Amino acid sequence: MTKRPTSFTLGGRTYSPAASLLLATPFILVMILAFLLPLFTLLHESLSVPKFNLDNYARVFDQEVYLRVMLRTLRISALVTIAALLLGYPLAWLIARSRGLLLGLLLIAVLLPLWTSVLVRTYAWLVLLQRNGVVNQILTALGLVDAPVQFLYTEGAVVLAMSHVLLPFMVLPLYAALRGIPDDYMRAAQVLGAGGFAAFRHVVLPLTLPGVASGCLMVFLLALGFFVTPALVGGPQQMMLATLVQQQVTELLDWPFSGAIIGVLLAFVLCLVLIFNRLIRLDRFVGQV
Amino acid sequence: MSKYLHERRNSSIAVGSAGQVAVRDLVKRYADVVAVNGVSLDVRGGEFLALLGPSGSGKTTILMNIAGFDFPDSGRIEISGRDVTWMSPDKRDLGMVFQRYTLFPHMSVLDNIAFPLRMRKVGRAEREKRARAALQTVRLDGYGDRRPAQLSGGQQQRVALARAIVYNPQVLLMDEPLSALDKNLREEMQIEIKHLQRKLGVTVIFVTHDQTEALTMADRVAVLNLGALQQIGAPKDLYEAPATEFVAGFIGESNFWPGIATSDAAANEQLAVQLEGGEIAQACAATPLRKGTQVRLAVRPERVRLGPAAAGGVGGTVEEAIYAGSVTTLMLRTKGPILRARLSAGDETAEPRPGADLSLTWRPQDARAYPTS
Ligand SMILES: Nc1ncnc2c1ncn2[C@@H]1O[C@H](COP(=O)(O)OP(=O)(O)OP(=O)(O)O)[C@@H](O)[C@H]1O
Ligand SMILES: [Mg+2]
Repeated sequence: MTKRPTSFTLGGRTYSPAASLLLATPFILVMILAFLLPLFTLLHESLSVPKFNLDNYARVFDQEVYLRVMLRTLRISALVTIAALLLGYPLAWLIARSRGLLLGLLLIAVLLPLWTSVLVRTYAWLVLLQRNGVVNQILTALGLVDAPVQFLYTEGAVVLAMSHVLLPFMVLPLYAALRGIPDDYMRAAQVLGAGGFAAFRHVVLPLTLPGVASGCLMVFLLALGFFVTPALVGGPQQMMLATLVQQQVTELLDWPFSGAIIGVLLAFVLCLVLIFNRLIRLDRFVGQV
Repeated sequence: MSKYLHERRNSSIAVGSAGQVAVRDLVKRYADVVAVNGVSLDVRGGEFLALLGPSGSGKTTILMNIAGFDFPDSGRIEISGRDVTWMSPDKRDLGMVFQRYTLFPHMSVLDNIAFPLRMRKVGRAEREKRARAALQTVRLDGYGDRRPAQLSGGQQQRVALARAIVYNPQVLLMDEPLSALDKNLREEMQIEIKHLQRKLGVTVIFVTHDQTEALTMADRVAVLNLGALQQIGAPKDLYEAPATEFVAGFIGESNFWPGIATSDAAANEQLAVQLEGGEIAQACAATPLRKGTQVRLAVRPERVRLGPAAAGGVGGTVEEAIYAGSVTTLMLRTKGPILRARLSAGDETAEPRPGADLSLTWRPQDARAYPTS
């Protein structure tokens, strides 16, 4: 069978390249008008206003404030990714092992937050973590602390809230990867002498690496550009890139400089995706089972 | 060749009860089904036992309990004289080959085979040496660096076999390991597995629902139906003296003819049975029978003898003669059910044509009478 790269099959029907293009047109138009066009305008401005040079970009790296925001964004995103992975893997494992009602409940528990506004979920964290919030009340009632602890506006709070908000994006690819491993693989590993943890380390973990990679990439990328949660749960000391851009645009009206920040972020993300693409080739042979 | 494997096997079989597997009164229920209902099996060291039965008869469930992937509701499992009922699978020192290919896709063929050795903390050099020897045993030398996905189904199962024997387990469990292969390859692998089993002296418990496979490979066959053990014995015993009506129908082919016992008879004793339709035939009681008991007579098609009409025996008329090369099957109308008889090519009796009236006889031991429940 010769493969035409642009033709595709749907519902048993194969569409010609022209038809495929026609079907994709609305999406492509929206992408161009609502995403690519503004992005390119912004990037163009960052390079050409006030003059055609790299001054705006130099400013991103020259001034310590901006550099610090950028590094903090990377650090928080990395921490969020690690936290989501540590929380998400056991959860995905549990979901993949469960059947029937429990499976339904767990899946809904993971998916429900996805269908709830990020704002709502972030406010929930505010309620939990504020000075006289639920957590502090419990701690005081138990006599564990004398005075309310300052949870809000700390990096810990930002990482915690963001991990929670982004958790589904980690759990779903992991669940899919775990679900794809037939039970007989685990059985084979066990009967060959691998106790529980050895079977996990030598068989399950390697087979779910593509899922781990895509979950981590997804969470990390979403975290890099996250706005609502760090803005509400964190203080000025926890400012992340998105908030910085928002400040530059709405308060200082400095579009060219915002463009430069976004340009740097974009370049970084593209590099990451390229590296990921190379790594994920690992799953070629894994996928052939 | 794999002299190495061979020697180690011989040394480990010297132990008294090595390789014995005992299943005692195993009961396993799943929600509303009784998957295994009080099965007991004694497998001797070095024996090849086939578990044979129709789909859903509990074969896999028994194997899962022996392997430790599932635990009985009641009953016991012993391996080499040790009670392992509640032991985890990795401690049982079993080899296992599954129906579906279970080679780990992220490891090379050689790494797959070396995996159980690695789990047993065998050193790298030794590991590689033994893995290569095992690969040679299954005649796949030179394939060690490939990925499982680059092998055919038959090759993958051979590698799985190598992986299951490389650490010299005393017992090898196989759950329909050949069912995904095409007929020719399957027959080739049956012989290969049988040879390997003989050479290594390993105990094999082999699940299959293919009776030819069970009869050709196994020293003894255990026939299961609806979670209950029907009969266990050598292939010839199963065929010649099926213990239950189910076995008579499941192993090979049988004609069944309802009737009534005309006298009391002990097991394997001869008696006369009044057949449905009124005629009398000689038979052999499969279990003790009382006079007047409703029975079913089982007669194999190739054991029905044909003679000229009115030569004694049961009357029958040829309805149809189905020629199939080496054999011809006759469909015979009788006063009871339609009977099948089989003639080998070259039988001196002229091939009866449709419409011919014949008399049908059989040796009493070829007609086994089972009480109808
Ligand atoms: N995990 C399970 N949960 C519920 N029922 C089960 C489970 N495993 C087996 N059963 C039931 O137990 C009975 C015996 O199943 P088992 O798999 O042992 O049969 P089998 O002889 O191996 O059949 P097959 O030839 O189809 O593999 C069946 O009725 C099956 O539906
Ligand atoms: Mg089965």
